[in-house]
Amino acid sequence: MMSVGAPKGLPSSGQKPITEMIHPLSAVEEPLSPAPEVTVNAGGDKDTGLTNGTPVETSSPASVSSLFNRLQLDDDLDGDASTETRDLFVTVDDPKKHVSTMETYITYRVSTKTTRIEFDLPEYCVRRRYQDFDWLRIKLEDSQPTHLIPPLPEKFVMKGVVDRFSEEFVETRMKALDKFLKRVADHPVLSFNPHFNAFLTAKDLNKRQGLALLTKVGESVKYVAGGYKLRARPAEYASMGDYLDTFSGKLGTMDRIAQRIVKEQSEYLTELREYGTVYSSWAAVEEELQRPLEGVAGSVSTCCRALEDLSENISQDFLPVLREYVLYIESMKNVLRKRDQCQAEYEGRLEAAVLRRQEDRTPIPAEVEKCQDKVECFNADLKADWERWQRNKRQDFKQILTGMADKNISYYEKVSFFLIRSREELEGS
Amino acid sequence: LKIIWGSLPKALRPPLWEPLLYMDAFCFVVCNLLAFVFQMVEKGTSLLKKLEMNVSEAEKRTGKNSVNMQETYTVYLIETRSHITGIYSGSDGSTPVPDMLWRRYSEFELLRTYLLVTYPFIIIPPLPEKRAEFVWHKLSADNLDPDFVERRRVGLENFLLRVASHPLLSNDKIFFLFLTDEKGWRDAVLETGFQDKVDSRLKSLSASFRVKNPDKRFTALKQYSDELNTAISQLLRIRARVADRLYGVYKVHGNYGRVFSEWSAIEKEMGDGLQSAGHHMDTYAASIDDILEEEEHYADQLKEYLFYTEAVRSVCRKHELIQYELEMAAQDLTYKKQQREELATGTVRVFSLKGMTSKLFGQESQEQREQKLMALEQDIKEGEELLKEKNQECHEFVQSAWKDIERFKEQKDRDLREALISYAIMQISMCKKGIQVWSNAKECFSKM
Repeated sequence: MMSVGAPKGLPSSGQKPITEMIHPLSAVEEPLSPAPEVTVNAGGDKDTGLTNGTPVETSSPASVSSLFNRLQLDDDLDGDASTETRDLFVTVDDPKKHVSTMETYITYRVSTKTTRIEFDLPEYCVRRRYQDFDWLRIKLEDSQPTHLIPPLPEKFVMKGVVDRFSEEFVETRMKALDKFLKRVADHPVLSFNPHFNAFLTAKDLNKRQGLALLTKVGESVKYVAGGYKLRARPAEYASMGDYLDTFSGKLGTMDRIAQRIVKEQSEYLTELREYGTVYSSWAAVEEELQRPLEGVAGSVSTCCRALEDLSENISQDFLPVLREYVLYIESMKNVLRKRDQCQAEYEGRLEAAVLRRQEDRTPIPAEVEKCQDKVECFNADLKADWERWQRNKRQDFKQILTGMADKNISYYEKVSFFLIRSREELEGS
Repeated sequence: LKIIWGSLPKALRPPLWEPLLYMDAFCFVVCNLLAFVFQMVEKGTSLLKKLEMNVSEAEKRTGKNSVNMQETYTVYLIETRSHITGIYSGSDGSTPVPDMLWRRYSEFELLRTYLLVTYPFIIIPPLPEKRAEFVWHKLSADNLDPDFVERRRVGLENFLLRVASHPLLSNDKIFFLFLTDEKGWRDAVLETGFQDKVDSRLKSLSASFRVKNPDKRFTALKQYSDELNTAISQLLRIRARVADRLYGVYKVHGNYGRVFSEWSAIEKEMGDGLQSAGHHMDTYAASIDDILEEEEHYADQLKEYLFYTEAVRSVCRKHELIQYELEMAAQDLTYKKQQREELATGTVRVFSLKGMTSKLFGQESQEQREQKLMALEQDIKEGEELLKEKNQECHEFVQSAWKDIERFKEQKDRDLREALISYAIMQISMCKKGIQVWSNAKECFSKM
């Protein structure tokens, strides 16, 4: 039983732009959710090691010392939970269209502010396109197979159905890309990944992509060997899997419901518009009743405008998050599968080794122990990521559901405000 | 007492005093009182302003119809309560005697037709629709549907109240009998012979086309009435579609209720919040039923005025008919006068067969001519009388009609303004309910 594996991460920064986030060295304090508990080995062991003293083999060797630094930082600030402990801020904004002879595409500005020593400068500003984000994600998945990588918005959009260059589409996609980078930036392990660093800093990513490709190819292939089959998934991971399946189903249902609501609202809006014009044309043939009837026509217009806002909110704020989580779930399921394979490999090797030892007293090779370490490491990483993911999920859904309620309240408030004024006019005149 | 009342009209005509001599003094007094009251009704005072009435119930009946087939129909209970002095019950004479009888829709139609024919210069209040129209999908179009019957009951009551509050119509004897004499009313209304006064459709249609000098005010009124009809029809049609769509929006939210509930089962901290929020979504979805039911009342108010436009058109058509007949009478007289002149002077101004034959076959004798002249003079005299009559009729019609039209315009503006205000109030209430439900849901989400 480990007392510490990978340190538990800090809470997600959500969607705040870089200008609103508080620099850790600024005087202004911001209330945080309670600082995660981190226990350090008795004796102040410099290694984030296992209780048996074996150093952990992580695939980001450069990060061990800085990891410990972060641990210490957390420790120092345990008593002062209100200070922001983040030291890396990333924002995506400013979409621009690029037209070349070969293709048309959009780039986004990626701004970074940091005090980390892994970065040469305190600030960076680069332009990236979707392709680059996709590259980053693939590299992260490959180089950090034990971790859950946040999802990207859908890569392919059906031409003719969705306008790839419409303001709406670009806006939605940009928000999702921003969220993606912020999640990576908040992750205690992923944020130190060199590919991430390159993404944020390199002037010309293509060159770096090439280099990176050569040195890091086949990383995940090396990590988890195929060919082993897991006998039984341990209960706690099985229940994770079940949860993900059920939750994914519910998300799908909610997606359909939300789409249906948008459709019904759109049809309602069409009828409402005609309804308003009928009152106006009636008003034209009346004398005494002209003003009252125009008043009703006005109420209907107000209703129409408010309804447009409401539908927009569903399409732009609510649905994208549902879809993002469906992708997230797929990602998590992948990680679970890889974990299973890792465990399967260990159990397989162990079984073989035990049999050999029984036959000719050959001791259990060190490789088998290394496998065990891998499994335990994987489990720790996964559990930590699961916890983080659950927290983020709770916060994200709380936010979009509250937002949905707010938008509906706002809709009714707008309409009733106009109606109350109309009624006063009607009764007064 | 009822028996005496019922038999009184016939007894009054040749006053039969003999039977009364055999009754005691009390009945004698009462009978006189009743006679006096009835006379007052006939004289046309606004007695009926003191008569309370309502259509309180509806019941299904089955019976054989005119072609001896079984049919199911609905009857409505009309209750009246009179404040006429003398007809009181109770030991202290304080409670007015209620009267009640059952009527079916076709009887209301008969009454209305009678009123239309008897008072063609009045905009006769309309009846509620015969068949449900402008329905949105959830509303039944079935005549026997309880909701439809209920709305019809209200409409019939409204009709009676409108007639009873009209300065002229309220004093109509047949109307009074409709409210008080269940069995005898039908004979009474048929006895008036009003069916003979019904203008044929063809006659009024042709008059509309051929009238030369229609009163400009009536032309404008007819146009307005058509425009109002169009506007309200359109409005009702689209309102039904809007109601359908709104229903859809609300009901789909009910699905959130179910999915939140299912989702809450797999969550730990989020579970309670989701579950409660789901209940609020169910409440939201269910709330639309009451909202739309209430809105039907608004639709009914509009429908009444939609049907009123037909009554207005009726009055305009009647005016056209009268005007046409007047023009015809004038034209006829002019022609006859011309004929007289020709006959007197011997000049043939206008081509006529008579003229031709006389040219061909020789002129008539002096005697024949004088005979014809005399007949013509008689015709002209009658024609002048007729013209005077028609002029008078037209003049009176226009005066009375216009008075009623002004009354109607004020009533319409008042009523429709009220309807729009209550519609606004309904919408405000709907918004308040929406805010309440979503605020509740928001609270649940914040506790997730």
